[in-house]
This record gives sequence, structure tokens and C-alpha cells, in this order.
Amino acid sequence: MFLQKILESYPISEDYLLEILLDIDKQKENHYISKEEITLISNHLGIKESHVCSVVSFYTLLSTNPRGKYIIQICKDVPCYLNDDFNVLKTVENELNIRVNDTTRNQKFTLEYTACIGCCDEAPAIRINNITYTNLTKDKVVNIISDYKEGKHD
Amino acid sequence: MVNLKINNINVTVTDDITILEAAQQYNINIPTLCYYPDLHINSDCRICVVEIEGYKGLKTACSTPVREGMNILTNTPKILNSRKTITELILSNHDASCTSCIRNMSCELQSLAKNLGININRFENVLEKKEIDDHNPSLVRNANRCIKCGRCIDVCKDVQAMHVLESMGRGHEMEIKPAFGRYLSDEFCTFCGQCANVCPVGAIIEKDNTDIVWEKLYDSNYHVMVQVAPAVRVSIGEEIGLETGLISNGKLVSAIKRLGFNNVYDTDFSADLTIMEEGTELINRIKTGGVLPLLTSCCPGWINLAEQEYPEILPHISSCKSPQQMFGTLAKTYFAEKENMDPKKIYVVSIMPCTAKKYEATRRELRIDNKTPDVDIVLTTRELGKMFRQMGIDFNQIDEVEFDNPFGISTGAAALFGATGGVTEAALRTVYEILNEKPLEDINFTSVRGMKGIKETEIKLGDLNVKVAVSHSLSNARILIEEVIAGTSPYSFIEIMACPGGCIGGGGQPYGTTNEVRLERIASTYLVDGNMVYRKSHENPSIKKLYKDYLIEPNSSMAHHLLHTKYSPKNI
Ligand code: SF4
Ligand code: SF4
Ligand code: SF4
Ligand code: FES
Repeated sequence: MFLQKILESYPISEDYLLEILLDIDKQKENHYISKEEITLISNHLGIKESHVCSVVSFYTLLSTNPRGKYIIQICKDVPCYLNDDFNVLKTVENELNIRVNDTTRNQKFTLEYTACIGCCDEAPAIRINNITYTNLTKDKVVNIISDYKEGKHD
Repeated sequence: MVNLKINNINVTVTDDITILEAAQQYNINIPTLCYYPDLHINSDCRICVVEIEGYKGLKTACSTPVREGMNILTNTPKILNSRKTITELILSNHDASCTSCIRNMSCELQSLAKNLGININRFENVLEKKEIDDHNPSLVRNANRCIKCGRCIDVCKDVQAMHVLESMGRGHEMEIKPAFGRYLSDEFCTFCGQCANVCPVGAIIEKDNTDIVWEKLYDSNYHVMVQVAPAVRVSIGEEIGLETGLISNGKLVSAIKRLGFNNVYDTDFSADLTIMEEGTELINRIKTGGVLPLLTSCCPGWINLAEQEYPEILPHISSCKSPQQMFGTLAKTYFAEKENMDPKKIYVVSIMPCTAKKYEATRRELRIDNKTPDVDIVLTTRELGKMFRQMGIDFNQIDEVEFDNPFGISTGAAALFGATGGVTEAALRTVYEILNEKPLEDINFTSVRGMKGIKETEIKLGDLNVKVAVSHSLSNARILIEEVIAGTSPYSFIEIMACPGGCIGGGGQPYGTTNEVRLERIASTYLVDGNMVYRKSHENPSIKKLYKDYLIEPNSSMAHHLLHTKYSPKNI
């Protein structure tokens, strides 16, 4: 099983918890860590489930709920907000026809807020999986989303 | 030593302490909220902020170390304003229905708001109500009152090594709860209640059973009797506003009588009985090559840990019921037969320092003939205080009264059960004299006394030199248990108590149970022992009579049937 492989690729120490979690997230199309996986990880590392849950819930990169193949994260911090002469969130919501924290019915997209992603000088910014898009305009956002819809990143 | 100024007062202190501790030494009050003396310093509430000349911004006194020449102000308008804003923000996300909260008048948030002079909140209340977890017999977790101070996490993780509670999520959405937001009953929670004891507000509290007890007290169908645990007599004073560590025997009995109980009995009596049974079990295991070390069984918090996480250890645990349960059994058998009463009409209430005892009383294994529970309901020391307040009882206005008989006579050995090391000391006093058939020269086993995490002693039993260990708090218990499982434990007998300091530091004890307070209660416990006529369990005349009239001898089949129990692995 892929989880076992990931676990065995690290020393048994809670120091590697975050790496393990990120690896699992990467391998899973629906980008989430299941309850069963949390139990297995905590047993393997000899730590409590509460500890693993706490870490998963702290990082916006991770989730305990199934998410879409592409996770669109919208920065919630001040510079992005101030630079926002159009509304990034509204634009994405309209394009995908979902609200924040929802996943599209075809399981392709999840829309989330995130804390600052470190691009304040190029705000507004969004991140889709590992790619960050900056200096956004309304047209740019519409194009980016339609590229993903058309499968250009699949 | 370093010299500094706090509010223009010259202060000289050692250089290894914080500004908060320095201020306390000079009776300068700096308010705190997340800080708790024996726990990890989180410094996340920022209530304790002070201004230090030459430092940018406000600094938290609880975490900032003192430095030579510091000039500190603790109460400037800027500080006050900051404290007020924080408190108002906390209150705006809090179910502040103080008058219907169990912590009314004992709540740290409430007194903070009062002392800061908050009389209006500039922020609207944005609390989103969450479900209350009252799905277990011991504790209620009400997240709507949680102020996210993190004390419960620290005590559960660092002191108890249970790590049931954690912070989940981040920012203003962060909540403190078990994994997946599960109920405590679906967790490996021991119900020790240490989290409830350190919680500054009403977010984790004991399940309040006082109403049920009042009902029964006025129901003429029942004969309502009560037993009082050893640790309660050295802590009840604090609960009713008297001095820390006050020893209360006669007045405690008299006050409880006034509540309307038919009989007021002493768990110390059944603690003596436990020593007879457990001591005999130890002697037999030593003589017959039985499973050693023998581990004590009187603490239900520890039993929960063992059943949940260490199934291999169960054969080591003494089969003796705890003193609370032995008492209940005897009340509904021996006493009922003697008084010609229907056991179903006898209602047994316990006053315990402990929230895990509430759970213990509900265990299926602890019922007479699988039906009637040994003990019907358990109140904590705090709930007893509540009943005294409801009744308006003033300790200064009442006489001293003795415990009722036959379960009122006890020994100093039994009184020791309240403190860590006490069960061991009591057991050794008896086991030594029975096995060696001669009196013990010095009955004080001082090496097992005090707050050291793991203590040990050695004693000659017959031809054997026997090693004995004592642990309190579950993080220490784990160390000894893991040795036993690994086969490296050098001990023949191990006492395990879940709570730091033993039951005097139990989860149901008065708020403000710090290690300093624990030491005072421990000191009082040894005073109680020293003042007793009998100081060894096997010398208790009522116990002798009980065996003669009813139980025949320790570990007899009658004793086994009534006073012993079984453990089984538990899954969640
Ligand atoms: S009762 Fe004890 S084990 Fe359970 S959550 Fe509280 S501190 Fe942890
Ligand atoms: S439950 Fe109590 S102790 Fe725990 S974080 Fe909330 S307020 Fe603090
Ligand atoms: S040490 Fe005492 S108070 Fe604490 S859980 Fe055990 S029996 Fe209860
Ligand atoms: S008491 Fe110092 S930060 Fe909370």
C-alpha cells in the first residue's frame, strides 16, 4: 500500500510527520488525509491521533475532507484584499459555480481561503496546487481557470 | 541576583525567574489568564503584558526573564487598555452566561473582567454555539466557554501523557478538542479530570450530580448513606474559603450530617480493608510464585489507562476493588443483612477527590450480583462544597461530630491513601508484620513520601529483600509499566496513582490545586496519620470484627466474591 511505502521511507520519528503528510496528500487525487490514515500514521510514529489531527488542521495545505484534484487557494490577507480592484473570490466562484470551501461536483476543483502565501508585493495572488499566480486581473483569472477546466494541466 | 525596578519599587531577585515571579515575590499583582504555575508557559493570552523601558512593545510578564536594570511598569493606561481589549475580545466569543455557570464566582475570566473594570463590551458577541459533550459519567466539555488558554492540553499531554486534547485549526477558528472532535468517551481518556482542575473557566467541568443526591435525601423510600474519601478531609477547607491544607474531620462529618444523610461513614475504613485484601494477595503471590510485580488497583484513572493501552499488564493488577467500591459492597450486603434492610433501598453516595470515581461507580463489573451498583453516585469535593453553600452551612458555627459506626473506625494507614506513596506505606506496615510475625521498628516509610515522580524503597519480607516503587501522574506511571512489560522491572509491588500528588491532587479537588498546595495537603495527611490511635490497618478493631463476623479471613471465598473484581482490555 502506498501509505506503508511512504511511512517506511522516513525514520520513525514525529519530526517527519509533516513530510509524511505532504507526501500522502501529493499521492492522493482527492488531496486529503483520511481518518484511517491518521490512525495508521499515529500508530506508526507512536504519537496520539490528536497530535496528527492538530498538525493537519493547522496547515491549509492539508485537509481531512476529500478535496478536488485542483485546490484553488485565495489569499485572505490584507495586501491581496487592498489590491483587489476586482473581486478574485467572486470571479472564481462564478467561473466554477461553487462557494468557498466547496468542491465541484466533478471533484475537479476545491475553493479555499488561505493565509498569506508570501506574494504581497505581487498581489493579488492565488495558488492552485503548487503553482502560484500573481498580479491577477479579472481576465487573467478567467483564463487560468478555463485552462484548468480544459485539462491543460492534467 | 539581579536588581530591577517594578513600578518604581526596587526588586532584587535571582536571575533565573520571570518578571511575573519577581513581581509575585514583592506582592505586586500582575493579572494572568493562560499561565498556571506547574505547567508549560504558553504565553498566548497576553493578559500579563507589562512595559519595560527601552523595549519595543508590550512584553508578557509570564514568559520574559528578569534582567539587571530593567525598569518595568505593570499598570499604565496603555497596558490597561490592551488588557481590556483582549478581555473584551475573549468575551465576545464566549458564552458568558455567568449566573448559570458552575464557575460563577470561581471563574478566572469573570474575576479578570471584574478586576479590569470592564462594564461594557465594545465588540458584538460572535460565538457560534457548539455541541456540549456530556456523554460520559465524569466530565462535561463545553467548548462555548473555552477561552483557548491551552492549560488542559498541557496537563493532559505533559503531566498525564494522554494527549487527548489538542488545538485544532488555526487563527480565530482554532478550537481545543480531541481528535476529529470526538467525545471524551470515544477517546483513550482516563477521566482523571486534571484538565477540569486547571481549566480557568467552565469549559471542562465535572458532571454535576448534586441534584440527584438532594432528590434521594428527601425520598423516604431510601436509606441514604455517604462515605468520605481520605483526601477530602485535607482539602474541603479550601473549597469553603478556609485555609489550605486545613484538617477537617469532626466538622466535616457534622456538616455532611446536616445535609440529611442517614449515616456518614469513612472510606478510610474500607481503605484498611483494602490493605488486608491487597496485602494478603501480595503475600500469596510472593509465596506461591504468582505474577509480580503486583500493581495497586485503587485508582480508576490508572485502571482506565491499563485497560485501554496496556492489556498485557492486566494480570499484574491486584484484583481488589477500590476502597470506594468495597465500601459500597459492604453497605449493601453486610450492613443490609445486619440491619435487615433491602439492599435496593440503600443508596450509597461517595464524596471523592476524583472525577474518574464517577466513572468507576458505573462499571458493570462493580455491581452486586450483576444488578445493583456497589456505589450509586459520586460527588467530588467541589460538589460537596456546592451542597454546603446550597444549605448555607458555616463551618465556624457547627460542632464536631464523629463518623458513624460500624464503618467509622479507621487507622492512620488508611488516611495515607490520599497521598502518593500512602498505599505503599500502609501496605508495608501490614505486610511486614503479618509475614515477619514481629512489629515493625519504624513504621514511617519516608522515602516513599513527597512529590518526587517515582519513588522507591526496599524491605525485608521473610527471607526476601523486596523492592517497591511508587508513581504518581500518568506520565510517570507509563515509565514503570513499560519496564514491567519489557521484563526489566526490579520491583515486587508498584503503587500507581493517576493524579500528581495522588488523590489529594485529584481532578475533583478545589480549584487552584498547584504543586505548592499539594505539598500542604500532603503534610496534613501525615499529621492525620500521626495523630491516630491505630496506625496499621490490621490493628483496626472494626476490621477484625468484620472478618470474624462475616468475611472469615482475607482472600476467603466470601471476600473474593464481594471485594474483588476483574479487568478486561478496552477498545474505543
Ligand atoms: S480527563 Fe485526564 S485524560 Fe481525559 S482529557 Fe482530561 S486530563 Fe486528559
Ligand atoms: S478547555 Fe479550559 S483549560 Fe482547556 S483551553 Fe479551554 S479554557 Fe483553557
Ligand atoms: S489518583 Fe486518586 S483522584 Fe486521581 S484518578 Fe486516581 S483515584 Fe482519582
Ligand atoms: S498569562 Fe502571560 S500570556 Fe497569558
